[in-house]
Amino acid sequence: MVEVKATKATHDTTTVLSWYRRMYEIRAFEEHIQKLFSKGEVRGTTHLATGQEAVAIGTAEALRPGDKVLCTYRGHHHCLARGMSPERAFAEILGRATGVCGGKGGSMHLTDVTKGLYGSYAIVGAHLPIAVGMAWASKIRNEQDVTVVFFGDGTTTIGAFHEAVNMAAVWSLPVLFICENNRYSEYTPIDKVCPVPRAAADRAPAYGLDGIVVDGNDIVAVRDAVAAAADRARSGGGPAIIEAETYRHGGHSRADPAKYRPQEEVDAWLARDPLAAAERTLLAAGVDTAAARAEVDASLNAAVRAALAAPEPDLAAMYTDVFAPEGAR
Amino acid sequence: MTTINYRQAITEGIARAMRRDERVVFLGEDVGEAGGAFKSTVGLIEEFGPGRVWDTPISEQAIIGAAMGAAMNGLRPIAEIMFSDFLSVCWDGIANEIAKARYMTGGQLEVPLVIRTHNGAGMGFGAQHSQSLENMAMMVPGLKVVAPSNPADLVGLLASAVDDPDPVLFFEHKNLFNDKGEVPDGDHCVPLGRAAIVRPGTDVTIVSLAAMVPVALEAAEALGGQGVSCEVLDLRCLAPLDLDAIVASVEKTSRLVVVEENPRACGWGAEIASLVVEHAFWSLDGPIMRITGAPVPVPFAANLEAAAIPSAAGVVEQMTAALASA
Repeated sequence: MVEVKATKATHDTTTVLSWYRRMYEIRAFEEHIQKLFSKGEVRGTTHLATGQEAVAIGTAEALRPGDKVLCTYRGHHHCLARGMSPERAFAEILGRATGVCGGKGGSMHLTDVTKGLYGSYAIVGAHLPIAVGMAWASKIRNEQDVTVVFFGDGTTTIGAFHEAVNMAAVWSLPVLFICENNRYSEYTPIDKVCPVPRAAADRAPAYGLDGIVVDGNDIVAVRDAVAAAADRARSGGGPAIIEAETYRHGGHSRADPAKYRPQEEVDAWLARDPLAAAERTLLAAGVDTAAARAEVDASLNAAVRAALAAPEPDLAAMYTDVFAPEGAR
Repeated sequence: MTTINYRQAITEGIARAMRRDERVVFLGEDVGEAGGAFKSTVGLIEEFGPGRVWDTPISEQAIIGAAMGAAMNGLRPIAEIMFSDFLSVCWDGIANEIAKARYMTGGQLEVPLVIRTHNGAGMGFGAQHSQSLENMAMMVPGLKVVAPSNPADLVGLLASAVDDPDPVLFFEHKNLFNDKGEVPDGDHCVPLGRAAIVRPGTDVTIVSLAAMVPVALEAAEALGGQGVSCEVLDLRCLAPLDLDAIVASVEKTSRLVVVEENPRACGWGAEIASLVVEHAFWSLDGPIMRITGAPVPVPFAANLEAAAIPSAAGVVEQMTAALASA
């Protein structure tokens, strides 16, 4: 087991403010979605990532433009961190023609290949073998790109996790398995369904890998852990399993009030909110965060308005993209 | 023109695809060093090396996922699933991920891959290694479904499948392995979605697929001796389906028999019967006949297995009885 701690290096306030701003954008985005859902504007379901912003931004800070990212149905934060347009993300979640997937994907399938986002997958664990294939192609072509695949602690109990990690290890592929351990496998505490304390990292030695554990609410620690693993993978060192310990501030999905969680646990994790921590750091350095919040709020408000005003998909879109357009190669 | 058997055509088809396009890579269990569980991939790793022919762990989910990811990242993978029965182990990858990726992302993701698998009964492998499952793939929007009946079609259809921008499930029938046929040299290509009239006739249309094509041909020959002229259609593909060819043949013969190996319920023959009723009802001179596998798991004992799947003698008997009562 390797525990990665944050570097002691102090970061200048401009950098910390930039991280704060990016984490705040995710937080505010998720709050908009919750409100839109409550008002009946969002159909189906949503899985918010409030509280997990540091994993997304820390990872994004460690990656290069050519790197590939695959997320789960709880993936809004990863997509925004990687540069997805909030307006097009809102539009997709609202089922509008201007959405990133033209309204055919929804909250659980946000995708933007131009930003290196190769899909959000709504079947638990399904995307881990796909990430292995992405990395396999990079290896075959001798490219330096790494593929990052995010998943939750609950994913470690499904077969695809083990098949994917095994194949990545025996083929020494440049893929980073990043487990966001938010303590809950949907509604069930992970320790009730997983026999080891660190759901992902403790399994790593079975595949000849070091289990890397990092404080998922510490953006610097996440960035450093991912950067080190990515460097190693780029130079042929093979895959890594990184377990980022974090917390889902809300419930699993939709209006889940998450009453199954002990209040003292919730309080302890809320006290470690990565966004509040960054704000404390900035305030201690004499930097006011209000202006950054106001800018993000104005921008997201405009994005929501634009998305709500956007048209529904044309009915003809129903029959496109089942197969390639005639003649495509 | 080379004469080879169906098993050799598998190797030849993969080799031609790999020679033609360097993006083609091949993965599966025992496909490299061992030359394939059915010796249908002998020599590929020697010609193309371990950088393009990859032996995998016994991990069907990982094989399918890796093929999908590689296809999304610019390669043209051919993945082998040793027995089609094992598709059920990786059905999530096939039906939920591969088939839906293009659609759910509004066309951003493409999954140009071929999943090859050994299909069908007749070799005494028992219920978990003998199923005919093309119909399961046919019902999933986003998948193309191919099942060749002879070496030339196998090589030609595989060329089209590898070249296709969409995912293709390619069913090779185990009971055809030793069937020989001439395969054209060069860039022999059979387009997806075009049925072949393998025997012209005027009295009745028999639609068949894969190992049921030789069964239908043998039955047609016997019925010809009784003065019944059968037109035999080899569908080659279930998706895209050549409805035009089926309708044109029924309009000519006015009678339709479908011969399929899979169990009767929801078999592809039911879909074709339904389509013909919609599109050529007024051409029909009698009820459509469906000859199918029995609604049982494929049994092991030789006599039971033979009785559970359509045979030429059985087709002749059922068609003769139907024509007599018509």
